[in-house]
Amino acid sequence: MNRGKIFTNGLFKENPTFVLLLGMCPTLGVTTSAINGLGMGLATTFVLLLSNITISSLKKLIPDTVRIPAFIVLIASFVTVVDLLMQAYLPDLHAKLGLFIPLIVVNCIVLGRAEAFASKHGLLDSALDGLGMGFGFTLSLTVLGMVREFLGALSFFGHPIAPADGALVFVLAPGAFLALGFLLAIINTIKKKKQA
Amino acid sequence: MAEKLASSFKNILFSLLLITAVTAGILGVVYKYTQQPIEQKKSEKKEKAIKEVLPSYDNIVEEKLAIASVAEKNIFKKEMAADSMTIYKAYKGEELVGIAAETFSDKGFGGRIFLMAGFLPDGTIYKINVLSHSETPGLGSKMTDPGFYQQFENKNPQNFKLTVKKDGGDVDAITAATISSRAYCDAVDKAYNIISNIGGQNNE
Repeated sequence: MNRGKIFTNGLFKENPTFVLLLGMCPTLGVTTSAINGLGMGLATTFVLLLSNITISSLKKLIPDTVRIPAFIVLIASFVTVVDLLMQAYLPDLHAKLGLFIPLIVVNCIVLGRAEAFASKHGLLDSALDGLGMGFGFTLSLTVLGMVREFLGALSFFGHPIAPADGALVFVLAPGAFLALGFLLAIINTIKKKKQA
Repeated sequence: MAEKLASSFKNILFSLLLITAVTAGILGVVYKYTQQPIEQKKSEKKEKAIKEVLPSYDNIVEEKLAIASVAEKNIFKKEMAADSMTIYKAYKGEELVGIAAETFSDKGFGGRIFLMAGFLPDGTIYKINVLSHSETPGLGSKMTDPGFYQQFENKNPQNFKLTVKKDGGDVDAITAATISSRAYCDAVDKAYNIISNIGGQNNE
């Protein structure tokens, strides 16, 4: 597999949200607006990139039997670093994402990529994989956030489009499921048409 | 390249010890360097909030006051229960120009909400600002919209009942967010009670 493919793999072919359906908790939870989705996605990308790089470079040092605790310790530390940095330099975004930042630790994408990719591949490949997966996650969260924000509040990245209220249900929890479901249906239809 | 470490007890001990020690070190360093900006951002935010809800002043005196009613105290959330409220007395020269109270309510839909409520010395509400809340976006979050909070401005709670119209008060609740509106009123009411008490002391 060449390097370009490793990167785009996470963006489209194995997009963590729309194809693998991993990390649903933050996906459904924070995508009430596009900017929240973008922030969450970038925070996850940062953690994913760092954890993939360290795990790939430490893979010889970590015996198989304790690999999961070792990975989790590393991932949790990076998440705490992100959490502190955001509190210090992006307090507004941190206030919005709040609870979901510590939850990046248990995001299956991060551990999943560590286990499935970084612990078996070289440093550069793992970094590319982390970036690709992270951007794929960011892309899907932003799209989902945009759709929900548009339908629910009739605004685009916080800028109101029309003075009216949207269909509020899309900003609430049930709307997350609805929007995700319809987006998945659309994406799968397009994919099938392409194959046919 | 070296072979992967075998899963012997010695190797496991070595590798876990190494990883935890290094990460602990990194965390310590990051914590140390972010601690100051975090504190600074917090106090800046507070200062800004006080400035927004009070008329211009040049001196602030901070005071912590006990809250009389502890009925809200929840034994399951002991660390959450607050029995004091911080108030900020603003002076221009010697004259008291306003009092801001960092007030809160636990009646919100998504947990505790924090408000900064500014009062003039006679008890009239000057301005109110939401410090933090976790109300439903698009519904309760509208408490930060001018359409809602402006109705409090320049009202004296003596003749403006701080409950929503549904409960027999004078406040227009946010559409579809009566609970959030109630919490907002509750927080303002608490601040007013505290402030009217110290107002009385000052007159003596």
